[in-house]
Amino acid sequence: MILTRKSTKAASSQYPSQNRLARGASAFLGNTIDRRTFLRRSGLAAGGAAALSQLPFSMMRKAEAADKAPAGKLEVKRTICTHCSVGCAIDAVVQNGVWIRQEPVFDSPINLGAHCAKGASIREHGMHEISHRLRTPMKLNGGKWEKISWDQALTEVGDKLMKIKKESGPDATFWIGSSKHNNEQAYLLRKFVSFFGTNNMDHQARICHSTTVAGVANTWGYGAMTNSYNDEQNSKCILFFGSNAAEAHPVSMLHTLHAKENGAKVIVVDPRFTRTAAKADTYYRIRSGADVAFLMGMLHHIFKNGWEDKEYIKARVYGMDKAREEAAKWTPDKVEEVTGMKEAEVRDVAEKMAKNKPSTIVWAMGQTQHTNGNAIVRASCILQLALGNVGVSGGGTNIYRGHDNVQGATDVGPNPDSLPGYYGIATGSWKHFANVWGVDYEWIKKQFASQAMMEKPGLTVSRWADAVLEKNELIDQDNNLKAVVFWGHAPNSQTRGKEMVDAMKKLELMVVIDPYPSATAAMAAMVRKDNVYLLPAATQLECAGSATASNRSIQWREKVIDPMFESRTDHMIMYQLAQKFGFAKEFTAKIKLSKGKGGMDEPDMEDTLREINRGVWTIGYTGQSPERLQAHMRNMHVFDIKTLRAKGGKDAKTGYVLDGDYFGLPWPCYGTAAIKHPGSPNLYDTSKHMMDGGGNFRANFGVEKDGVNLLAEDGSHSKGADITTGYPELDHVLLKKLGWWDELTEDEKKAAEGKNWKTDPSGGMIRVFMKEHGCHPFGNAKARAVVWNFPDPVPLHREPLYSPRADLVEKYPTHADQKNRWRVPVLFKTVQDANKDAGKMYPLIMTSGRLTEYEGGGDETRSNPWLAELQQEMFVEINPKDANDRGVRNNEYVWVESPTKARLKVKTLVTERVGAGTVFLPFHFAGWWMGEDMKKYYPEGAAPIVRGEAVNTATTYGYDIVTMMQETKTTLCQVSKA
Amino acid sequence: MARMKFLCDAERCIECNGCVTACKQEHEVPWGVNRRRVVTLNDGLPGEKSISVACMHCSDAPCMAVCPVDCFYKTAEGVVLHDKDLCIGCGYCFYACPFGAPQFPQDGAFGLRGKMDKCTFCAGGPEEDNSAAEFKKYGRNRLAEGKLPACAEMCSTKALLGGDGDVVADIYRNRVLKRGKGAEVWGWGTAYGKPEKSATPPAGAKS
Repeated sequence: MILTRKSTKAASSQYPSQNRLARGASAFLGNTIDRRTFLRRSGLAAGGAAALSQLPFSMMRKAEAADKAPAGKLEVKRTICTHCSVGCAIDAVVQNGVWIRQEPVFDSPINLGAHCAKGASIREHGMHEISHRLRTPMKLNGGKWEKISWDQALTEVGDKLMKIKKESGPDATFWIGSSKHNNEQAYLLRKFVSFFGTNNMDHQARICHSTTVAGVANTWGYGAMTNSYNDEQNSKCILFFGSNAAEAHPVSMLHTLHAKENGAKVIVVDPRFTRTAAKADTYYRIRSGADVAFLMGMLHHIFKNGWEDKEYIKARVYGMDKAREEAAKWTPDKVEEVTGMKEAEVRDVAEKMAKNKPSTIVWAMGQTQHTNGNAIVRASCILQLALGNVGVSGGGTNIYRGHDNVQGATDVGPNPDSLPGYYGIATGSWKHFANVWGVDYEWIKKQFASQAMMEKPGLTVSRWADAVLEKNELIDQDNNLKAVVFWGHAPNSQTRGKEMVDAMKKLELMVVIDPYPSATAAMAAMVRKDNVYLLPAATQLECAGSATASNRSIQWREKVIDPMFESRTDHMIMYQLAQKFGFAKEFTAKIKLSKGKGGMDEPDMEDTLREINRGVWTIGYTGQSPERLQAHMRNMHVFDIKTLRAKGGKDAKTGYVLDGDYFGLPWPCYGTAAIKHPGSPNLYDTSKHMMDGGGNFRANFGVEKDGVNLLAEDGSHSKGADITTGYPELDHVLLKKLGWWDELTEDEKKAAEGKNWKTDPSGGMIRVFMKEHGCHPFGNAKARAVVWNFPDPVPLHREPLYSPRADLVEKYPTHADQKNRWRVPVLFKTVQDANKDAGKMYPLIMTSGRLTEYEGGGDETRSNPWLAELQQEMFVEINPKDANDRGVRNNEYVWVESPTKARLKVKTLVTERVGAGTVFLPFHFAGWWMGEDMKKYYPEGAAPIVRGEAVNTATTYGYDIVTMMQETKTTLCQVSKA
Repeated sequence: MARMKFLCDAERCIECNGCVTACKQEHEVPWGVNRRRVVTLNDGLPGEKSISVACMHCSDAPCMAVCPVDCFYKTAEGVVLHDKDLCIGCGYCFYACPFGAPQFPQDGAFGLRGKMDKCTFCAGGPEEDNSAAEFKKYGRNRLAEGKLPACAEMCSTKALLGGDGDVVADIYRNRVLKRGKGAEVWGWGTAYGKPEKSATPPAGAKS
């Protein structure tokens, strides 16, 4: 009984929809031609009656009331998803200032129109009626949230911060920036806090990939993902070790699964059988916290069987013999004792990686968030160096960053130990930026308490609470912290929540600048009566700016809608506070102002990017002019999916020739925009010419160590380089010695005299050295398997501070306590010894991680009804054995108690996804505090739809010795029936 | 005339729920009504597989067969739609459907379910294409705009395919050939009959 009453008219005429399917899917059959078919925006261009139908339900009444009034023009704004670092493009359809629809961007070479649950529902950001946003500035008055005006908020916040600065010094304040700020805002915040007079600033990268950045940069030059998601399509073997990409970076799996279909072997080694593992060819379970032992175990097999790339190591790696010695100690029995993995399993992974080259390793926070995170990531680097996989398409270390712009905020944002571009905070660095910013160095110095404080790295976000609570004589600054500004940060993403609340209570002032009041507001209101301010910030969909995806591609976002409610853009708030503090003129000395919301001034985002372009030579943020980036966004279709390179193309709007550019000009994009460096798709790739995005390892650690040459050996260099051996980094002396100085113009000579490639404001030296002679401005050296400036030069396994294995604590003890790291003491041995037997009372390993539906601290995503409906309750994954032994069943409330005595009331999910002895909790929840719903502590109407216990209320002490990364992945707990 | 079909490639589906929220936001489906959902088998165990399920727009649709008020109809493209003005919310279609597609906005005893709601293959309902009335009852009509269902278009790994059955079959066949395994197609046989049969293009069809 097939009745046919109706056919769809438009569709039956031409079948334009058929092309869409072909475009969407066939690109992944290896046939990329169909994807290039022109995308018909047929529905979007229509006006009149069709436009009315495009209105969301919630707008319908309004639109009908307007009756026959002419509907506004439909505009399509191209933006980038603000959730994770994959960088999925979105076409937002806007009418009359209202975001009415969202369309896939099939042209994006990164996501090809694909989205996960978060990206597919991002339009909620424009849904006024269902929003759980913070709508107006608020202050806590007598324990109650009270609406205040922006004027009052800025006056009171400004006065109070000035008072604290005057009485206790600028270092009594701490500024937590955000990896969700765009590059321009992150860059401005670094400048803003500097002008306030302190290095006490940080952002989520600290607790996300700080160990990667430090460990990887110290190994070979730059602390970033070496290749790209797309480049996995060239891999023959992909090892996920410390990444659950299917849930944390779902759209990246588009490339991974394509590689798999083309024969790549996908391996997952993880304490959990993750959804990524469900898609892998091979899965092996490892004990949480045993990472170095596993990697060394792999190296053991590689060296034993002669699978290493001997020529590569000889030409490009320093100190591999030391790593080899360490690996020799990791015999299969020892590896099994520590990791719980059988010899055959470890050998299998090693063999697959060695015999299916190019092979790549993927990691995220599974490697980084450990007390020995810096060692784990370096062991991964050593693995890839031993196999000769770095600087190779299809190889590399594919390090998946977290937030949408955490890479960019790390590169140019508020870091306590560095000015933008990893320049550090030594005198010369400040002078370079004084010059870039157009302000007097002496004036900047006067803002700080002293030159010593100006050149001393600030506190880290992971330790701010200790800087409040710790005895004054033990901290390395005059006063304890009195004020903390949370500028886009979720406190529940930090460990030791219980102590953080104590610190919040003790502070004189808390300021929260965020689109959502976040758990910060509720936690503060739980323990405070006053001196908490909430300022509504605009989202990244409500302003323009650039964001750096994990693969270092930079994408320009168009503003989709005006800031909703009373929210203001972060850069406007910065500018207005700068006015209050009296340094607005210096703040924007070389940046023009544009009119923002309500006609108020704010720093112009394009012009801010131009300032970044003028200053950040070190990591090649200089070639990505706003004009070039915008041309890329308009012409995504010309970029190849496998190589990210443009095959021809001319931007219709500006005439810019795209030919040869890599998508988003992945940094480093050296030199000025004028010399047209195409960006670097894969770092350290000697098979390509420098001007084709090639490179080699960085000369950043001297030219020799103990008589051993640190520069690359003869014959190892980027393709076509005029210097065919290793060489140090470029400065005016080197250029003169080479006889290339006279290739500079007279103006360039003047600017470059006495400078090096990082400080030459003309970029002339880079032009001559790189464009004319094919040489790398940062030199050509070996990667380091031995990082002699770290406490463990060769990566060592050290048991977590809270280990269930007292016997292994004896054999592999942690570091000695440190009196002062990043201004505070940090304990290792004391904590480990005190908790050696914690495993008796708390026998389960507690680990945490991500869910697809939520992101970060989760306040934003848990406020989105389309996402909230999919994950309505905080839970703990527990193995059937552990559940049965405790008499708990599936979907029951239990208490999860950690050695801090913090107790979390959560539902059980009994599953073999976790092994016996390990439990897993997602980290996106907040809004419950040890069994109590905190709804009453949120401003009215602004509590997230879904609330639950924050796992970090219960997490324990533990930090990486180099970077103060927090330990979230391995601690202990006990589970009991609630 | 193309025959519209859905297919979910279990080798690719990662249970990210992108299809679910794509549907929710495109049609502004209320909380509690799930036109599409992701089902996982062997959750957390080796062999774990996920598939995204909605109305499969069956060739011989059981819902149509059992509806006492005959509110279902099928478009020339094979999309199974229904008329909410006729629907009495009896729930027979829900019992008949092998995929659990029909949804009801209200809880309660028999007769209080409200009008049935289900996936429309983004093809609206009997009202005029892209009219406000159509949107209010059935959501957007993407097919009439020359677009395909939002869920399939936004699928994170291109696991969910939706469109002309011949193109869908082609894409899937290529994947199976490349993998050398896994020709089992979730729901395909139930909804559209044997694969061999449906793989033969109807006369005059252009892929």
